[in-house]
Amino acid sequence: MVPRKEVLLEVKDLRIEGYSDEQWVEIVHGVDLTLHKGEVLGLIGESGAGKSTIGLASMGFARDGCRISGGSIEFDGMELTTTPESDLRALRGSRIAYVAQSAAASFNPAHRIIDQHTEAPIQYRIQKRVEAQEDAMELYHRLRLPNPNEIGFRYPHQVSGGQLQRAMTAMAMACRPDLIIFDEPTTALDVTTQIEVLAAIRDIVDQFNTAAIYITHDLAVVAQMADTIKVLLKGEEVEEAPTEQMLDSPSEDYTKSLWAVRSFKRPQKDRPAAADAVPIVSVKNVDAAYGKIQVLDDVSFDIYAGMTVAVVGESGSGKSTTARCITGLLPPTKGEILFNGESLPPRYQDRSKDQLRQAQMIYQMADTALNPKIRISEIIGRPAQFYGNLHGAELKNRVDELLDLIELDPAKFYNRFPPELSGGQKQRIGIARALAAEPSFIICDEVTSALDQLVAEGILKLLDKLQEDLNLAYMFITHDLATVRSIADEVVVMQKGKVVEQGPKDKMFTPPHHPYTDLLLSSVPEMDPNWLTTLLEERGTDSIGEAAKV
Amino acid sequence: MNSFVIGYYALLIGASCLAAYFKQRQIFLLIFSLTLISFVTGIIGGVPALRFITIAAGLLALAAGVSYAFREFLIIIAPDGVAKELRTAPLTAAFGMFVIFTYAIAGIFAPVIAPFGEAEVISSAFAPADENMLLGADQLGRDMFSRIIYGARNTVGLALLATALAFIAGALAGLLAATKGGWFDQFMGRAADVIMSIPSLIFALLMLSIFGTSLVVIVVVIALIYSPRVFRLTRAVAGNVVVMDYIEAAKLRGEGTWYLIRKEILPNSTAPLIAEFGLEFCFVFLLIAGLSFLGLGIQPPTADWGSMVRENATLISFGELTPLIPAAAIALLTVAVNFVVDWMLFRSSGLKEV
Repeated sequence: MVPRKEVLLEVKDLRIEGYSDEQWVEIVHGVDLTLHKGEVLGLIGESGAGKSTIGLASMGFARDGCRISGGSIEFDGMELTTTPESDLRALRGSRIAYVAQSAAASFNPAHRIIDQHTEAPIQYRIQKRVEAQEDAMELYHRLRLPNPNEIGFRYPHQVSGGQLQRAMTAMAMACRPDLIIFDEPTTALDVTTQIEVLAAIRDIVDQFNTAAIYITHDLAVVAQMADTIKVLLKGEEVEEAPTEQMLDSPSEDYTKSLWAVRSFKRPQKDRPAAADAVPIVSVKNVDAAYGKIQVLDDVSFDIYAGMTVAVVGESGSGKSTTARCITGLLPPTKGEILFNGESLPPRYQDRSKDQLRQAQMIYQMADTALNPKIRISEIIGRPAQFYGNLHGAELKNRVDELLDLIELDPAKFYNRFPPELSGGQKQRIGIARALAAEPSFIICDEVTSALDQLVAEGILKLLDKLQEDLNLAYMFITHDLATVRSIADEVVVMQKGKVVEQGPKDKMFTPPHHPYTDLLLSSVPEMDPNWLTTLLEERGTDSIGEAAKV
Repeated sequence: MNSFVIGYYALLIGASCLAAYFKQRQIFLLIFSLTLISFVTGIIGGVPALRFITIAAGLLALAAGVSYAFREFLIIIAPDGVAKELRTAPLTAAFGMFVIFTYAIAGIFAPVIAPFGEAEVISSAFAPADENMLLGADQLGRDMFSRIIYGARNTVGLALLATALAFIAGALAGLLAATKGGWFDQFMGRAADVIMSIPSLIFALLMLSIFGTSLVVIVVVIALIYSPRVFRLTRAVAGNVVVMDYIEAAKLRGEGTWYLIRKEILPNSTAPLIAEFGLEFCFVFLLIAGLSFLGLGIQPPTADWGSMVRENATLISFGELTPLIPAAAIALLTVAVNFVVDWMLFRSSGLKEV
């Protein structure tokens, strides 16, 4: 048993209200939270569970349109709910720091990184400018940023996303705070970059004995970082336990369902045995370029009817560009796209209505993929009307049928507008719109990456069921290998515009791999709390940077 | 010290004490600062200055009362969705709507409201006001009041027509440019630059001297002058919409340009366009009044506020305020429209919706 350490933050019966529809509605219903010095607490839950709101409240801060309506927040003997705003401001940045989800959006693009880093220590008169800069370089060094003495003098857009996130962590450490709040710091990053950031954060928190609240919806990540995990649902605590105990024997049903998410897996299907079988989509030696910059280099793969081909790789590897070539948005500079053995015109404007109908697309961000000013009935109805020439009652029946197919109640959703729907529901509408065209092939572009795990699993199951029923072929673009494991039949691994390896899923997941595939696979966080430690030992801690550059 | 002055100060001090007692900080500060100002103005200007303040405050209170009542009236008669929006309208916007409403009634029912015809000579030139003529006669002996009522119809009607035309042309061009892109976009953009580079009043004077001053020419010339502004705004707003995934989805479906514009882009750019419409309307209105004042706008004997100011301008030197009444009508409408536009801009700026 670890000796009880000094209590740093004690939140009791915290209640927060949000303003919507002209009245105050309680969104956090009495949460308790205790954090000792040097301890890391993981807050997990779906979006809307109140994780970020609670995180910000621990700094005594409520977002616009929110207010802390009850309970107490005691930080190192200081009651934050009654402290005047000016004192709170002195506390933030110096004793409590915050690391936001998107470092790219949190840095001011007009100033150099080191100037933003040293702003707080100089402001609070902790250090002089020169000392603060030396200290910043020291922190960059500890966070294993490349060229620690020089990187701070660059502007935020001149460094990569993972490096920027590490610089942000360094900035949070600038005043050596007692508490850092990490709000989904790795959610927007690729698996390979995520590891660097996770390792950096964990090291620095250890070295300075800083307490931290780590907010995320990724269980495997929180398992690496936290000493204690607290599960939240709709503004209420579900349960709290030390990490190991929580992973091994969760006591609540909701927690168990979260844990079980990644267990969805369907058997792999094989290509049709007949020698004369024609793939439904065949990408042949495609090169593509944006202006003079070549982004695709000799890409070839086949997709057969009723099968799912997953295209994986980091961002910038050319996955989405391949999709744009298939749809005809970006005509290839070389090579061709075959559809059922026939060559497709390279530009979508030159394709026939039927060719357009056959290949549909589902987008990553359902928010921007659905027109917010058009009713659901028309979003889904339009393709049916456009291709199938349905009208009146026939059209309404078809829309109802499609809504049934995606497991949404037609009576409830028929007349709604997209902004009234949740993220998962929007994504379902996106699927229904693709299905309305009665396609034989659907491109799914990161369809689950913007969703919570439970919701994402629902979408994957739905896609799988639809594939069974309608014999659809999917091209599944993703960087999440867990998704690949659950739904794919074949895998195409892309790196820097080239296909580095492809084959049936089971073969791809068993060694030996191409080194890049190996890097991708080993970077996917696992539920084992010792996974990160073990992995870093295997790779050798200092080689993280190089490993990502393979 | 007469009873008016005593009553005046008693009322103000009593009201500020009440406000202070009920802890209405803002109201107290307002009334008490008014009291202090009244002490100073009372000493300098005497009783007439105090009377002026009383009348001004009374008018302000009346306007506020009318606006409040008008907003409540609109909320009651409007359907639910609109009523919810109306509740968020500030009093200034309600006042603007009330003024616009009044002008619309005056314009539409002009022949019923006006006691005389707009070109009817009924008395001697510059006859003073009597029980027959509310505001007296103009330089030809026509009833001033009737001409102002008819002027609402002519000036406002023309400005509305010209603005609508400018909007249809500009918005269509802007939407097409944003959707098509490429050389069409470039061509339209440069054409708009050329028109905008010529000072609008000089351009209008030039065109009207060449083509004559018929109503059709006025409308077309004004539409031509104002459409580039609408074009630029529409293109910018639509430019943000065309990059969305749902536009890509519609394009990949094989939809035509007209469908894209009508169904996908236009509904997502209406809010700023409506606000811009109100703003442009004011400019067009002022331009028409200005042209009329210069004698190149609406031609006599048709009543028009701009030319009415010019025709009766000589009266100002005799200390008469009559020529300023049409000018005030122009000013009031411009202010009213801007009040409403301000509210719409506030709503469309996204402060309300998350």
